[in-house]
Amino acid sequence: MKYTLSVIVENHSGVLSKISGLFSRRAFNIDSLAVGVTSNPAISRITIVANGDEYVVEQLEKQLNKLIPVIKVKRLEEGEYVSRELVLIKVGCSSQKRDEILRVAQVVSAKVADVANTSITLEYSDTNDRIDTLVNLLKPYGIKEIVRTGTVAIEKGHGEAYHSGYNDKK
Amino acid sequence: MISGADIMIKCLEAEGVDTVFGYPGAAICPFYDSLYKSNIKHILVRMEQSAVHAANGYSRCSNKVGVCVATSGPGATNMITGIATAYSDSIPVICITGQVKRELLGRDVFQEADITGACEPFVKHSYLVNDTKDLPKVFREAFHIATTGRMGPVLIDIPQDVQEECIESFEYPDKVDIVGYKPNYRGHKMQIKRAVELIKKSERPIIVAGGGVLSSGSKLKLVQFAETTGIPVISTLMGIGVMPSEHMRYLGMLGTHGKKYANRALQESDLVIVCGARLGDRAVARPDQVSKTSKIIHIDIDPAEIGKNVKTTVPIVGDMKNVIEKLIEEIGDYHIPHEWCETYREWKEKLYREPPVKEGFVEPRSLVAKLSFMMKSKGILVADVGQNQIWCANNFRIREGRFLTTGGMGTMGYSVPAAMGAKLARPTRDVVAVCGDGSFQMNLTELGTIMQNNINIKIIVMRNNRLGMVRELQANQYGNRYSATILDDPDFKKIAEAYGIKSAEVNSNAEAEAVAEKMFQTKEPFILICNVHPDTPSI
Ligand SMILES: Cc1ncc(C[n+]2csc(CCOP(=O)(O)OP(=O)(O)O)c2C)c(N)n1
Ligand SMILES: [Mg+2]
Repeated sequence: MKYTLSVIVENHSGVLSKISGLFSRRAFNIDSLAVGVTSNPAISRITIVANGDEYVVEQLEKQLNKLIPVIKVKRLEEGEYVSRELVLIKVGCSSQKRDEILRVAQVVSAKVADVANTSITLEYSDTNDRIDTLVNLLKPYGIKEIVRTGTVAIEKGHGEAYHSGYNDKK
Repeated sequence: MISGADIMIKCLEAEGVDTVFGYPGAAICPFYDSLYKSNIKHILVRMEQSAVHAANGYSRCSNKVGVCVATSGPGATNMITGIATAYSDSIPVICITGQVKRELLGRDVFQEADITGACEPFVKHSYLVNDTKDLPKVFREAFHIATTGRMGPVLIDIPQDVQEECIESFEYPDKVDIVGYKPNYRGHKMQIKRAVELIKKSERPIIVAGGGVLSSGSKLKLVQFAETTGIPVISTLMGIGVMPSEHMRYLGMLGTHGKKYANRALQESDLVIVCGARLGDRAVARPDQVSKTSKIIHIDIDPAEIGKNVKTTVPIVGDMKNVIEKLIEEIGDYHIPHEWCETYREWKEKLYREPPVKEGFVEPRSLVAKLSFMMKSKGILVADVGQNQIWCANNFRIREGRFLTTGGMGTMGYSVPAAMGAKLARPTRDVVAVCGDGSFQMNLTELGTIMQNNINIKIIVMRNNRLGMVRELQANQYGNRYSATILDDPDFKKIAEAYGIKSAEVNSNAEAEAVAEKMFQTKEPFILICNVHPDTPSI
């Protein structure tokens, strides 16, 4: 089972190593981790997608909570959040195949980030699953490189994983 | 203007620190220079690991926090075993290390070690101080974090130039506010109600008490709870001392090296109330078995402990003292079924065996029992690791005193430095360190510290010329192939003499007791070497 956790942390050096150290130390398997600063520059938000049973994820939440710079851990419930991932895919292509690749890109509305004589780089942002689909579609053309950001997620509607005080400050 | 080093001293003073344990070096020299001018007492240990163990013993026996200091690089890395030991036993300790100058960080210069990185798995929290102005806040937070919630070691790594730099003024913050750290002290009302209902429904409840009961200062509350309800108490290794050993409701230590009747009572119980214990594999080998046959109430200040090793019916997160108080209130004058009380008391009497004596040797288990009554009733016994530890755990008759050992990490060499710390914290109490001939030699150099400061601790060395506990394992599980467990011991009396410490070597309990009697009357350290037969079992 896959779980998505939103982890709100103090934004200073060393926090990330504390968190990643915890994963290897306690043998937690994670699929992806994405970090970025929030509307409050002193606070970062980490989105973690983890794999495991209820026991593992509960332990993961509790152990994360024990880290002093971790302010809040929230498990995002299935169906109640939107998630996106960004991918850059470099496909090797001769000029004859370029049109075909561009058509695939058009079908899924992927953007062209770079074109060169022998390659084309597509930029695409969607859910993790749909990115997998695009990758599969492009495989036959010869993928040279893929870079993925890992999933970021936010709750639907009014839900707030953390009240960052952004509006209070203004 | 005030220097970072002077600020460090002022912070320690503001926290009420009057003793620190440490070992100097270049990167911590500015601090040592300020220390020289202050009234804080410094105990120069002989190895940095001992500084942490001594601070650990000091914390456990006082209501203050033990503080230890080391230089950068090797000084800091020598501390790691001590830090890991304190962490695994949840003991508050403040570790201060010098670090290379800020501009040199990350360049692999002389005596640079990434100590905050290296200690990450073993500290409750750590700081690498980048700005002299941050020192007061860092110290205030460090002491707060170390001593609240589930306690543990906090490391403060301070570059040499941060210690040297002068800033305008010093002000110690009187409040701490750490957004991500708010331990929960009050147990949930509903859960306490549910727990009491479970207790009232059960026929054979039992309490398993761990180190959390001691560190939260709730042992008297626990005794009261056991007395009014009649629920028997067994303890983990770290929980020894939660009740007087002879108390009618106390059944001793559980686990692989515990008392038969304690384990029997646990097996036959239908409700286990776990108080401040993590139930590691040495305490309960198969926690899943326990939760199959019994319901479980788990009380702990650390939410991550609950459900980690054993499935829980009713979890209660909170401070032990507060939770037990609430349980006592809620349960009123309820008493558990008398049949169960009779059953467990009968086991305690019937399953007890006097250990057999081997001619020409000291019987360590009987000796420890005797020593308990030779020490004053508030005496502190520090057991090392190995068979000697188990002999102490099962036979020390604790009254109002303390029993210290490392149950989590099981670090050989703990007893002597921890006993030094205990004695400095409680100068009027009898403090005894019991160790094996292997473990004694692990921190043997501390005899130098004991000599220099005339620290009045009594060291009992159980000399079996073996790494006894490992040898026992080899006898039971490796077909008597005694690989690397035979020790050729030196003449410990000569070593003692070299340090100017009085000693005696004995071969029978009568001799040992006669020497011990006199030893407790003197105000100086003493080493009692007891020759023990190598085949003496742990239990
Ligand atoms: C630092 C360290 N190294 C190794 C061990 C493994 N170990 C556990 S008990 C033991 C033997 C201890 O021998 P001794 O101190 O003589 O005590 P005895 O068992 O003989 O009473 C060893 C080697 C340990 N616990 N700690
Ligand atoms: Mg030995």
